[in-house]
Amino acid sequence: MKRNSRFIISTLAFGYAFLYIPLLSVVVYSFNDSRLATVWGGFSTRWYGELLKNEQIVNSLMLSLKIAITVATLSTLFGTMAGMALARFGRFRGRNLFVAMVMSPMVMPEVITGLSLLLLFVSLQQLTGWPSHRGFSTITIAHTTFALAYVAVIVQSRLSAMNESLEEAAMDLGGHPFRVMIDITLPLIVPAMVAGWLLAFTLSLDDLVIASFVSGPGGSTLPMFIFSKVKLGVTPDINALATLIMLFVTVGVLIAWTIGRRMQKTASQ
Amino acid sequence: MTEQTDIRPRQSWQRVTVAVPYLWLFIFFLAPFAIILKISVADPVLAQPPFTPSFGESGDLQITADNFAFLLTDKLYAITYLRSVVMAFMATVLCLALGFPIAYGITRASATTRNVLLLLVVLPFWISFLLRVYAWMGLLNTHGVINNFLLWLGVIDQPISMMYTDFAIYVGLVYSYLPFMILPLYATLERMDLDLVDAAQDLGATSTKAFWDITWPLARPGVIAGCLLVFIPATGEYVIPYLLGGPESLLIGRVLFDEFFVNRDWPLASAVAVVLLFLVVVPIVLLQRNLARDAEQAT
Repeated sequence: MKRNSRFIISTLAFGYAFLYIPLLSVVVYSFNDSRLATVWGGFSTRWYGELLKNEQIVNSLMLSLKIAITVATLSTLFGTMAGMALARFGRFRGRNLFVAMVMSPMVMPEVITGLSLLLLFVSLQQLTGWPSHRGFSTITIAHTTFALAYVAVIVQSRLSAMNESLEEAAMDLGGHPFRVMIDITLPLIVPAMVAGWLLAFTLSLDDLVIASFVSGPGGSTLPMFIFSKVKLGVTPDINALATLIMLFVTVGVLIAWTIGRRMQKTASQ
Repeated sequence: MTEQTDIRPRQSWQRVTVAVPYLWLFIFFLAPFAIILKISVADPVLAQPPFTPSFGESGDLQITADNFAFLLTDKLYAITYLRSVVMAFMATVLCLALGFPIAYGITRASATTRNVLLLLVVLPFWISFLLRVYAWMGLLNTHGVINNFLLWLGVIDQPISMMYTDFAIYVGLVYSYLPFMILPLYATLERMDLDLVDAAQDLGATSTKAFWDITWPLARPGVIAGCLLVFIPATGEYVIPYLLGGPESLLIGRVLFDEFFVNRDWPLASAVAVVLLFLVVVPIVLLQRNLARDAEQAT
């Protein structure tokens, strides 16, 4: 195989610099002592200390985490069901509509999804009195709707990549299809479900636009809080918060990556 | 649609497995569009909720096409839609121009390097979208990192204004959506037999000719998927133009948001959403076909 040409290597270098320089600059400036975010005033960690004192940040983080955990769990459940139906149940009535509904939420412009769900909640409230106020429950429902699509696609592609011979063998040996699914299929897709859970968790934690639409007074998630601050410009405490989030995510991704590689190796042995 | 008979028996637990996500998506994804459509043909009123019901008190149908007529005749909206589509398209082309060589380079790297490079593409995707856009605010500012650096180098003697321009929006769009372009491209290029390119070159084709005759046609499914994954969400983008764009660079996502929350004109906001949906429905259908075909090929 031929090696990469000089053009390719320089594009790679440029591309990765482009991806990482902005993030690194945020990390560097989070240790800036100056209140003016762009003037270097010496090394300091004081902005980190101020984060913990800020009750709004802590509250919105707690709300975001509560929502993200619920969303990840619900959408892993529903998404796995949808992925299985798509990969293993052959044709069923309404399958085309089902495929369209699973795929579309992933690419739908967020303003449309957000507006449509808010209008649904308002109409439901008029008709049934529920939801009496918007916040945790409405954001959870909205996030689950698009996150389950991602889980479904991950589970489906994992199932499609595996052939059905194990499941067929179990059924030929007299296994009830339901038992075969629980005993054979499910253990095989656990890695996909874990990946789906993590992705759903991240997507929920990250969403700003849809949450802004379907949330009500007092229901401010972490991205909503950050957005209300960064609208006004760069601030040192948001730099510190961003650095902590990046650190947390990087460690998480590295752990998941290492485990994933180890599992792949044992699987191939 | 013709019903094909399934050889496998349909069992009740299978019905439940399909029905639960089906119902969820039907209620929380499909049904809301009907409501948007309904409100887009209502009149705005000062009430709670701020639009007229579809049926009057005597049961007569009261709908109006005023909102759509307004969108079509008001020049500002036409320009805003056009600008949104053009900017999303340009951003897609830029992502492709940058993403293709990167995806190609990753495919050709050794196995260990390849894994690390892929991880480095995925990592920013896991880090908050909002924070990645925010990071550019610090770089592009008049007193930001880039200007300070260029001033220090002596390349410029006055800061360049980059923040709150279309340039800044493009940087934000390309930066945020680049991973969505690289990953599907990589997935296609990885499956491609690179020996074909080497063979063509050994037989005397220039590398440019080998690229256009072999690599590009084989990479097309990935190119299409990547372009659609960038173009569709970029068309309705709200955060990037808000934080990086100037006040005069109106894009449709922002207009919809303001129409709803600032002007509280729900019917007009709904009409804006309906028209935006029409603009992206063709690319969405194309993407679904593409993904469905990929899924079938994988089995």
